[in-house]
This record gives sequence, C-alpha cells and structure tokens, in this order.
Amino acid sequence: MAHQINVFAQNKPGRLEHLTKTLLEAGINIRAITITGMEDFGVVKLLVDSPEKAYQALIKEGFTAYMKEIIAVIMRDQPGGLHEICQAMGTRGINIEDAYGFVIQEMKTALLVMEVEKIPEAEKVLVDSGFKVLSDEELYQI
Amino acid sequence: MAPEDNYWNRRMETLSREEISSLQLKKLRGILEICSHSPYYRRIFKEEKIDPSRIEDFDDLRRIPFTDKNILRENPSTDFLAVPREEIIRLHSTSGTTGQAIVIYYTRSDIQTWAEMIARCMYMNGVRRGDVFQNMIGYGLFTGGLGFHYGAELVGVLTIPSGAGNSRRQIQLMREHGTTVAHVIPSYALLLTEVFEEMGLDPREDTNLRILFIGAEPHSEDMRQRIEEIYGVDAYNSYGLTEMNGPGVAFECPHKQGMHLWEDHYILEVIDPQTLERVPEGEEGELVLTTLSREGMPILRYRTRDLASVIPGECPCGRKHRRISRIKGRSDDMFIIKGVNVFPLQVEEVLMKTLGVGSNYQIHLERVGVREEMKVLVEVTGELWHGNPSELRALQERIRENLRSAILLTPLVELVEAGSITKSEGKAVRVVDKRGNF
Repeated sequence: MAHQINVFAQNKPGRLEHLTKTLLEAGINIRAITITGMEDFGVVKLLVDSPEKAYQALIKEGFTAYMKEIIAVIMRDQPGGLHEICQAMGTRGINIEDAYGFVIQEMKTALLVMEVEKIPEAEKVLVDSGFKVLSDEELYQI
Repeated sequence: MAPEDNYWNRRMETLSREEISSLQLKKLRGILEICSHSPYYRRIFKEEKIDPSRIEDFDDLRRIPFTDKNILRENPSTDFLAVPREEIIRLHSTSGTTGQAIVIYYTRSDIQTWAEMIARCMYMNGVRRGDVFQNMIGYGLFTGGLGFHYGAELVGVLTIPSGAGNSRRQIQLMREHGTTVAHVIPSYALLLTEVFEEMGLDPREDTNLRILFIGAEPHSEDMRQRIEEIYGVDAYNSYGLTEMNGPGVAFECPHKQGMHLWEDHYILEVIDPQTLERVPEGEEGELVLTTLSREGMPILRYRTRDLASVIPGECPCGRKHRRISRIKGRSDDMFIIKGVNVFPLQVEEVLMKTLGVGSNYQIHLERVGVREEMKVLVEVTGELWHGNPSELRALQERIRENLRSAILLTPLVELVEAGSITKSEGKAVRVVDKRGNF
C-alpha cells in the first residue's frame, strides 16, 4: 500500500512557502504535488519519498495533514496507456475519485496515482489485469 | 428643531433635579415595599438581612445586591412576581438561544406606563395625531414591535404594524399610506436603500418620511447622518432592553445630544464593572437600572452590561432627566448584529455539537457596503478532517446551517489552518468587531 500526504492550507501568500520549507528541513524529496483550490482554502497533495517522515514533520509544524492511502500504478508512456487502466477499473465498477500522473521514463513508463474508495478491490483488479501496483518502498525506489 | 411645546407629560418632563430626586426616593420606598411581595426579593432581603424600610437614600441602595441576566435565568420568572399571577396581562421574552429564556411579566398598569414612556419619546420629537407611523420592527416576544405600537396608538397616530422584513412590501406600504414616521433597526434602514434603488425610487422624493426612530442595535453618529441624508429625515436614537420593559428607557430629544433616561421610572447608576463601585458622573461604566414603576415584576439594580456614560450638563431642551451617551460596548461579550443579540458561547456550543470536538474559532463582524456580515473562522484540526477536499465544503455547509438555526442569522464560515487564529497575551479573542460602530 502506498501513501500520499494531503495537507489543508488556506489560500493566502506564504502558505506553500512554509510547507515546502518544512519538507526541505526534514530532508524530504517531493515526487509530485497537486493543489485543489476552493476559493479561500485548498488541499495540497504530496507524493514524497518518505511519507511517514514528511507527515510527522508537517504535524510538528502545526499543519493539518492526513496520510492518505493511494494506488500508484505503472502505466505505459504510450498512446492508450491511461486508457488501459481506466478500462480495467471502469468495467469492474471502480470509481476514481482523484488522480494525477507523471512520466518516469520518457516514452516508456509513467506513474498514475489514484484516490479510490475501495482500495483493496481496485488493487486486485489492477494486479489481475497485469498492472504493476507500487508499495511505499517501491515508490521510493523510482 | 423642537416644536414650541413638545411635552407629552408636561409635569414629569419638566421636573427639576431636586424634584426628580425626591420623587425617586419616594418611589424607591414604594417599590421596595412591592418587592417584598416577590418570592425572590423576600428571600434576598432575608438572606442579606435587609430591612427595606431602612433603605432611606441612594447610598443605602447600594446595600441591595445587583441583579443580572444569570439571576433572571437561574430563578423561575414567577419568583420575581410581586402581584398575583392573574394581574399579569402580557409577557415578553428574550430569545433564549443561550439557554433559559428570560421572561418579563407586565400588569395592565405596567403596559400603560411603558406606552406612556414611548409616547413621550415620540411626542417630543414631533410625532402628532395625523402622522402615519410604520413600525418596521419585530412583533411578538421581542419588545421592540409591541412597545412602540402601544406608544404610537397612545399618541394617536395611524399605526401600521408592518413588522420586520419583507422589504418591497415595506416600501409599498410607505407609499400607499403616506408613512411619515417609522421605527427601524439602523442596519435595516441602510439595507432598505438598496431595495429603493432596485425599485427605481428615491426615499427623499418618493416617500413622505420625516422622522425615523432607530434603535435595537449600536450604531455610530456617522451611520445616523447617512440615514438622515439618504432618507431626508431626522433620525433619533433610542435605548431599551427587555428586562427593563423594552424600548423607551432612554431616548434622544430633538437636540440629539444623548438619550434622556426617564428618571421618574428608573434609578440610574453607572458602575465600574470590575470593582462594582459607582463611577464619578461623566465617566464611562456599566449602566445599572432599578425599576421604580413596575408593579408586576420589579427588578432592583439590574446590571445591563451596556457601557455608556452620563453626559454632564443641561440639555438645551430643558428636560432635567439625565442623558446617557451612545452605548459604547458591553461588559460581557455579547454583540448585536442585524438586530440580533449573540453571545460567542452560542457559536461555541454549535461548533462543539457540529464538530464533536472543540475547535478554536473567532467571530469577525464586518461592514460590507451597507450590509453587516458575521464571519466565523474555524480552525481545521486533524481530528476534523480525513484528507478529502469535499469533506471541507460539507463541513463548512454544516457549520453554517447549524449556526443559522441556532442564532437565526446566516454567517459566513471560513475554514482556517490550525494555529492561525491570533491570540492576545495567550487569551483567545473571540470577537473582532471591525464595523466601527463605537
């Protein structure tokens, strides 16, 4: 099982700076970041090399953070790569709540990170369909 | 300016200082006697070993303990009754959103006394038979509506009991019946100007309004002047509270230099809310009132929590009833917004119930254009949140809805980061009033 850190942040100058500084001081490498903004506040989602360490550092700094279980799955960085995964999930009735992706090796492999409601089922569907689902440790390796 | 003869009750309104003092002393003895028929005061007199017949002057009055909201809440309201229950013909009540509502009972004579006070207020500012009075304030348990209604009818003006809200209808009524005098909450008076505009009307040109009575919430001199300008009227400030009958306890005369407190009906003391000692005349303090005329439910030395001062010197109008300044604030943390009394504790209780855990919060009162806004900042802690953005929206909505049903106002709810609400010397600041009322 892999994790990302979701952080509640107010939408105002200096907040991201404080957050990134906290991670810098804890020696955390950020693999990916997305921000969901909702007018006066937002949620920052962080994929990092050491989720537990990052989480503790943020909590200690007073951030409201949550360790969120996610599914990190390897996909082909080719036309149709994302479609294969969505098809596998869709036909088995698994809804994707939030997702983002990034390239690991150009034209070869990419990573899709998903928040889903039914994590074990989704994982099983993906593994059964021949996809590689990463653990926290494996995520750190890439 | 004042008409030549603007006394509704010439005898009472033209008393000299000495006459007021001796009348007060005489009535004080009477009210103490009346109090000894109320179970609450009988108990207090016994416990404190007070012999009411030995209270002979204003210094002796200090031996009588203060009364406050809590005392009125903690004791059954009927314990304060000094007459048999069947003498009571009306009750009014506070909103009771902070717990036990405070009930005030009136005999027929109490209602008449109250109406007479309002009549003085209206008459001295030029309201006469032939005027049309629109009472644009809440009727029902709230004292504002019925209090003015009875006063206006006593003066003999055509009274339109339009009540609060329903803005377009208010304007239609004004135009249809040629309203000349209105009673309105100042923030609502400003809000109504937007509706006038929407309807393509100008209150100066398109109404016959000439007098507005504004009260029930603190406001600044600037706000009065804006209202006067927009409506082309004279606007008069008033002071009152349910526990002391309702509106009409103190009222501005045509000189608009403070509100005359009707001292033939109340004894006024101004105290330091910390030491509870009386402050020198002219200094700011908490207003403490003793009812001198109320026979149904007399209350001695009631701590209003309203901060104000007595304006020294004589009023050009000639009335010797002392004047109080605008209310400068509260000695407790209650605030008034859109005419509604709110205690921060009410907000706290709603948050506690909604969130299941305590959360740091702060209430911001702001003026946005002509509107007053109440904004509640709530810190989002780890206990409240499980990482989903959608939860936050739902949380915001739930807090807003629960606050609305508890305090009857729809506040803005802002979710803020844990630890971001500033404290002052380690103490939580619950209310930040940026309206500039005072």
